[in-house]
Amino acid sequence: MTPLLNVRDLAKFYGSRRGCEGVSFDLWPGEVMGIVGESGSGKSTLLSCLAGHLAPDRGEVIFDTQLHGPRDTLTMSEPERRMLMRTDWAFVHQHARDGLRMGVSAGGNVGERLMAVGARHYGQIRDQAIDWLGRVEIAADRIDDKPQAFSGGMQQRLQIARNLVTGPRLVFMDEPTGGLDVSVQARLLDLLRGLVREMGLSAIIVTHDLAVVRLLADRLMVMKDGRVVEEGLTDQVLDDPQHGYTQLLVSSVLQV
Amino acid sequence: MIEIDGLSKSFTLHNQGGAVIPVMAGAHLHVAPGDCVALTGSSGAGKSTLMRMIYGNYRANAGRILVGDTDVARAAPREIIQLRRHTLGYVSQFLRVVPRVPTRDVVAEPLLILGTPREAALARAEALLARLNIPERLWSLSPTTFSGGEQQRVNIARGFAHDFPALLLDEPTASLDATNRKVVLTLIEEAKARGAAIVGIFHDEAARARVCDREVDVTAFTPARAA
Repeated sequence: MTPLLNVRDLAKFYGSRRGCEGVSFDLWPGEVMGIVGESGSGKSTLLSCLAGHLAPDRGEVIFDTQLHGPRDTLTMSEPERRMLMRTDWAFVHQHARDGLRMGVSAGGNVGERLMAVGARHYGQIRDQAIDWLGRVEIAADRIDDKPQAFSGGMQQRLQIARNLVTGPRLVFMDEPTGGLDVSVQARLLDLLRGLVREMGLSAIIVTHDLAVVRLLADRLMVMKDGRVVEEGLTDQVLDDPQHGYTQLLVSSVLQV
Repeated sequence: MIEIDGLSKSFTLHNQGGAVIPVMAGAHLHVAPGDCVALTGSSGAGKSTLMRMIYGNYRANAGRILVGDTDVARAAPREIIQLRRHTLGYVSQFLRVVPRVPTRDVVAEPLLILGTPREAALARAEALLARLNIPERLWSLSPTTFSGGEQQRVNIARGFAHDFPALLLDEPTASLDATNRKVVLTLIEEAKARGAAIVGIFHDEAARARVCDREVDVTAFTPARAA
């Protein structure tokens, strides 16, 4: 089996300041990896580099493409990378408005992704949009409403539907449950877990919420000052942290 | 099925002056298919630590923990993930679930992950919940609001949903009434009969006597503590 994503010695600097450096890992099909660390630890920079939103200064990001096998996404042409983002990858932003077209209806938001990969039959696009709205628990009669009329939790679920409708294999998520009420968070976590299992998705989730990674991620990477200080099985890293920083992070969580 | 040799473990507390606390040294344990071994020793002797190391939840400093063909002490995360899905089950003392997920789905999840069709997985979950006397009206509710004993039984149902070849049981009969205690002991006997290798912690001596073939006192693996 080939890893879905093979990252080697990735580095990104902002001038002389380190964004992230020396990051290497493999992500296997069906695996969910969490990246945790405090604000400024480089976790969002790393995610942006992996997803092609930021150009790293050094390193390789080799993705096992459906058509051509393993390819370095950093050296491929811009049109190739754009196609990959539409067909194989998805990106779920913390703020749904960054990932949605706020002036377009819910159905349009989902259908647009389908048209971007070549779907042209209006009836089929609408049917698939309705199917996906149902899967993320948005009632079919809201299909013509714009996201502005949705609650924060609904907007986040719509963003997930828009991202997953094209059947990607790798999903990048930046604080997907951040800023949501805890009850809404729970529903979203359950939804994401079900989708990961049913679609065999791989995912990389950046968050600072250790409870979220415990429930969602198989593996965990802990970042500090742009470097990975510890990685391993999620429950092992959280229950038997080896690095001083991870021990501090875990012991700082308030018990409820 | 489970073979442990020369296992040692210490905790290093980096934020408390780098204190090193040795908790286990030279641990060894062999459990054949169909065998049930009870870990004994006073509180703090390292029973749960040993179980957590077998599950890959705690890291080993040295030694070998073979479960089937996998050396948990050295395996990559994805190998341990596969081991936990297919081979090694763990019934902990506490139920940890995504809030709002119905009990039926919580119990069926280990089967769904393995690709069991949804109907078959739910049928198996419901049969186990019924055996463990969880009232049917609770099956569609999240177990987070259940009583301690009910949560414990949901946890056991989840642990026995898939026929794991190796099982770790942490106080499976604690906080259960006599009727449910008997059901759990029968489940353990059935697992042994189909060839599961089991390691358990049982404070309940009568339960231990009924299902366990041997006892291993972990005090023998506890390093001498500097006074």
